[in-house]
Order: sequence, then structure tokens, then C-alpha cells
Amino acid sequence: MITWIKGGQVIDTRSGKKRALDIVVRKGKIERLLPPGNFNPSGDIDSKIIDASGMIVTPGLIDMHVHFREPGEEYKETIATGCQAAAAGGFTAVACMPNTIPINDSRSVTDFILERARRANLIRVYPVAAISTGLRSESLTEFGDLKQAGAVAVSDDGRPVTSSELMRRAIEYARFFDLPVISHCEDLDLSNKGVMHEGTISTRLGLQGIPAASEEIMVAREILLAKLTGYPVHIAHVSTEGSVTFIKQAKEEGIPVTAETAPHYFSLDHTAVIDFDSNAKMYPPLREPKDVEAIKRGLSQGVIDVIASDHAPHSPLEKDVEFDKAAFGIIGLETALPLTLALVKEGVMDLPAAIAKLSFNPASILSIRGGIIEEGKEADLTVIDPNKEYVLDKDSFRSKSHNSPFVGWKMKGKAMITMVGGRIVWESDELNPSSR
Amino acid sequence: MYRFNHKDLLGMDQLSVSDINMILDTADAFIEISSRDIKKVPTLRGKSIINFFYEPSTRTKASFEMAAKRLSADTLGLSATDSSIVKGETLIDTARNLQAMNPDIIILRHPSSGAPHLLARYVDAGVINAGDGMHEHPTQALLDLFTIRKKKGRIKGLKVVIIGDIAHSRVARSDIIGLRKMGAEVTVSGPPTMIPVDAESLGVKVVFDPAKALRNKDVIMMLRIQLERQSGILFPSLREYSIFFGLNKELMKGAKKDVIIMHPGPINRGVEITGDLADGPFSVILDQVSNGVAIRMALLYLLIGGVRGDNLD
Repeated sequence: MITWIKGGQVIDTRSGKKRALDIVVRKGKIERLLPPGNFNPSGDIDSKIIDASGMIVTPGLIDMHVHFREPGEEYKETIATGCQAAAAGGFTAVACMPNTIPINDSRSVTDFILERARRANLIRVYPVAAISTGLRSESLTEFGDLKQAGAVAVSDDGRPVTSSELMRRAIEYARFFDLPVISHCEDLDLSNKGVMHEGTISTRLGLQGIPAASEEIMVAREILLAKLTGYPVHIAHVSTEGSVTFIKQAKEEGIPVTAETAPHYFSLDHTAVIDFDSNAKMYPPLREPKDVEAIKRGLSQGVIDVIASDHAPHSPLEKDVEFDKAAFGIIGLETALPLTLALVKEGVMDLPAAIAKLSFNPASILSIRGGIIEEGKEADLTVIDPNKEYVLDKDSFRSKSHNSPFVGWKMKGKAMITMVGGRIVWESDELNPSSR
Repeated sequence: MYRFNHKDLLGMDQLSVSDINMILDTADAFIEISSRDIKKVPTLRGKSIINFFYEPSTRTKASFEMAAKRLSADTLGLSATDSSIVKGETLIDTARNLQAMNPDIIILRHPSSGAPHLLARYVDAGVINAGDGMHEHPTQALLDLFTIRKKKGRIKGLKVVIIGDIAHSRVARSDIIGLRKMGAEVTVSGPPTMIPVDAESLGVKVVFDPAKALRNKDVIMMLRIQLERQSGILFPSLREYSIFFGLNKELMKGAKKDVIIMHPGPINRGVEITGDLADGPFSVILDQVSNGVAIRMALLYLLIGGVRGDNLD
């Protein structure tokens, strides 16, 4: 059997070009890429045709920063529901952070996550293992054993590695195993139990502020450690103008650093907190308009390589409480694509560049497959209707949790089909029946 | 025609100048009741008011209770220690349960900024913010405005300095908003560790040194130094604080002769203000307390739906 995706605009993330191409998928692989009208499926009686005219076809999207709450907090998200949310958002692969209960700091937890992902049987799940045992910044986890079990990177995400010495050794030790190191940049002392960005709004609301410097100090530290060790560090969820400036300068000096941001840092600023909305509470916090502009500049200039959702599901138990007691984090898998496409419309990036930040770049940083459409490669593909307009409905989430500040927003652009290894794992019921 | 049209009082930011004038005028009418031999009018007979205090409080709690009783409302006092909070009930669940008993007003004091806003979303009863975290304490600001108006005859055009831990003070925040709305000039003063970032965005001037800041001011408001915050990070010692930032006779030499000194209480004598000044001729600290009852009577009356002028006896 073959699947013939015809009439779409295919994004080539490597050349940055968009071309009208038909894609023929057979046995899980991209068999042929050819100009429209040149394919004749005769002989393949058992073929499925997807009419992608008016749509764009991209490499399967990859989200290198999600929190699936299994093991431990399955009431917020399981690996299965997380995979459903990812598929519905157009993602064919995710990297899940280790701050589960128990923490993914040993082979048995990594094994468990991969087993659950295998059973969910939807998208590719790549575990990120902890840098330090128990995320305590005291001693290194068994990087080698974790890598053999299937971990693709190490990070203490959710917490910074507070010891600079330990972080230095983590970067050096990870080098032996070719494991990327992902840093959650935060000076916990300077954050001082803050709950939102420190600025005019925190002053107005009487909420403890987290200064931009709390993030920037650690970004500067990680850059200096990357320079010291000569081995790359990936900076997670960049949110401030100062961080962008530091990373830009580091890249210009040839220091091996890569960076990601999340859609909320280019879509919202700290004024979203004004009504004490706990769905506007996350770490790092929503910053100021000047920071939002800097993030956009960073994306447009290639300073920021990756857009990742930092999908962080929480239930009403953690969110429908006093703002300072509410958990940090929002879900993002089902909103990352339209929010990124809004930047394309705004002219911040062209479409291929935006898609590269959602596929090719994270694949390169993590050294995982995908991110590119080529004959012979796995057929991980996303078919996107860039013109599909809708109002984001709380009940539409495939995620088990609904903690999103974007509910009620007018969105444009939607994944209509998500294909992993040639198999369709998500098909929007709004897809025109003739396309099916 | 003007109408006081609010279900809740969550913060000074929600009040218009007309609202504030209406509350102060109504308090003026109520203040006489407290000086009567029989200090009670039947205005709110049959109304139920819950005084819900998650934090310790003497003055504010007693003031609300007194205000409600002088208007003949039934009052119920709850504190965090004798409520289901200690059993782990969430604020929203507590709110729903209280609502099920159909009170008219819930007065909430809570350590989290924004807690009254959360409560107000879940109850039909009116919610009065009696102090939320570091956010607002609107009835304190109203009684301060009331006291200033009574002492000075006006608020507009007055120069006010607030001295102390501005960053962590809900009183300062509410006073600043109220004073700015009513046309006063506000200066804040204190060690830079206690001045919030972007303080100017609140519409105030910042002068760190109290000796300079209090010159030519009509009103000096001192804030309480919260001993529990004295961690050695914001300032090294109470001793040093009192030397450089406390109000004393020496400092008062630079003040206007008709200045008034205010303090929301409770006072740390000898820390932010010396005892002689707190008890001296410039001080209106106890007037603030008396006026607090009248302001809270006015507010309960207006929120429950009265129209000023009727049925005061």
C-alpha cells in the first residue's frame, strides 16, 4: 500500500525553500518526491490519496521540551494523552523532561517511559534524563547507562544545576557519550520565591518578582562553561532580551551554544497576569514587551534555534488556587504551531525558517532522526492547513489538562494530518472529506 | 445620577473619584453614630457578614466587626486556625461552602495577593478585601483619605510622603492609588531595598532619604517595619534602620509645622517612629482607628445596597 500526498507545498528545511511536490509514501518511508502531475499510481490498487492542495507539508514537527507527567502524576497527563496532544498539534516526536515522580535519573525510569510510549504507539518519545541524581545538583547520574537505555539528552529542567562545578563536570562527562546538555537557567536565590516577572506589573500587583537577571546570570554562566569546556550547551526557554544578547554574542565568538524559546514568550507579556490569572504563571515568567521583541529578533536572526512548547500540564488542583500558590507552567503542544505561524504572518521569519525551528533544528541538536523531507527517509510528516481559522476551545484539547492562557484566542493554522513512519496518527475531522 | 455600583471592594484601583467621595461622605454621616450613647442603628438588620481572616489581625478585624454590629448586622468571625484550611480545604471549596450559607458580605484577609479576586469569582456575596498579601488594603487607604480630608479639609494638591517598606506593603500600594486618584502628590522614601522596581510607574516620586523626603510635606505616613521580614537582607538591623529611616524629633525639624503623622499600626515604637512622636501633637494615629470604623460602616452600607442619606437612624 502507498500513501500519495498530492498537491501540497513541501517545505525543505535544509534549503529553506518551499516547492510544489507530491510525496509517495511506501512501507513507512518517503519513496518518491516528484513534481505534481507526474505520478501515476496505477498498479497500486491499495492506495490512499491525501489531497494537500492549499496546504503545506512539513517534516514531522519535533518538540524538544515537554513534560509528560508519567510516572507519578498521571492525573495531569499520561504519556498516552501527551502523545495524543502532540499528534493533534502536528508533532511526530517529543523529548520529555525528567522531572517526573520518580525523577528520570536511572535506567529503570527511562525504560518505563519508553515502554509506555511504545504502548501508546503514536509518536516518537525521546526521554531526557536528569543531570544530577534527584535533581539535587549534588552528583551526576549514570549518563552512559541512561544513554544506552534510550535517553537522548540530559537536563535538570524545572530546576537549575545550582553548582557551577557540577555543571562543568556534567558538560565534560556528557561529551564522552555525545549527550546534549540542556540547561534550565535560573538563579534560585535571585528568583527569591518570585511568582512573576519583576517589573511594573509585579509592583502593581504586590506579587514577588523574578528579575530578568535571574535567568541572564545563568545564561552567562552556561556560555562561559561552554567556552571553558569547548562542548555545547543548549539553553532552554529563553525569555529575556539580555539572554538573547548574551547568546548572540557567544555565537559570534564561536562558543558552541544553542537556544530555544517557547511560543508564550513571543505571544504574551507580563500584563497577562493582571487579573491574577494562574494560567499566565510559568517559569521563566512572561516578560516585558521589549523582551518579547528581543525574542522575535532572536528568532529572526537565528540566535534562537528552536521553538519548543515547554508543555507543562497541571490540573485545577494546582491552578485554581491563589496565584502565589499556583503551579508554574502551561500546556503548549496544541498551540505551538498556530502561534508560530502567527510570527510568519507578522513577517518575523519565513515559513521554512519557522518550520526548521520546529523540526530540523531540534533534530540536529538532539541527533535524532527527522526534520527533513527526503527520498528514503522515514515518513514523519505533518500536513498543515495554514489558513484554517478557529477559536481555541478549552474542550478541544487532547491533553488531559487545560491550563492554557490561549483559550478563547483566534488561531490560524492547524495540523490536519500527522504521520509517523508512514502511519497516520492524527487526522483532523475538519479535513475536507474529499482530501481523505 | 451617580450610583455606587459595586458588588465587591477588591482594591482602590476599581474605585472612581466619585466612588471615593461617596464613601467618604457616607462615613461622615456615620461617624456621629459611634459617639452616641447607644451606638447602634438598625440599617443592616437581618444581614449576615462573615469576617474571614487567614492572617492575624487586631485592628482591622475588630474595626469591621464593630462597624457591622453598629449597623445591626449579624457577624461571624473565622480564622485560618479554626477553619477547614488546616484540614487542607482549598480557598475555592471554602468559598463555595460559605456561599451555601448565603451571607451578604465576606470580608477576607489573606496572605496571598489576589486571593479576594479569586474568592469573588466563586461567591455571590460581596467581597471586601481586608488586606491581600503585598497587594492592596483598600479600607486602610479609604480611612487614611478620610482622616486626611477631615484634618486638612481637602486631599487634592496635598503633598504626602510614605516612608518605610514600600515594596512589601499593601497599605502603601492602596494609599498611593487612592491619593493619586484624589489629586495628591506622593513621594515614597526608604532604603532602596524596600522601594519596588519601577516605583515611578505608580505615579510617585522616589526620594530615598527620609530627611529630604519629608520636607514641605503636608502628611507623613510611616509604615510598620515587619519584624518577621527582618532577615538581614533588606536591612542589617532594627538599630540601623531606626537611625537612618526612623522618624524622630531631629528629623521632624525639617517638616512643616502643620504636618500630620499617620501610621496604619501596629507601631514598633522606637523602630520606624519614636514613642513621643507617635503620641505627640502631630500624630493622628488614633483618629485613623476611630475613622476606620466609620469608613467600614459606610462601605458595608453601600455594598449591601443602601443609598446615602436614608434610614440612618
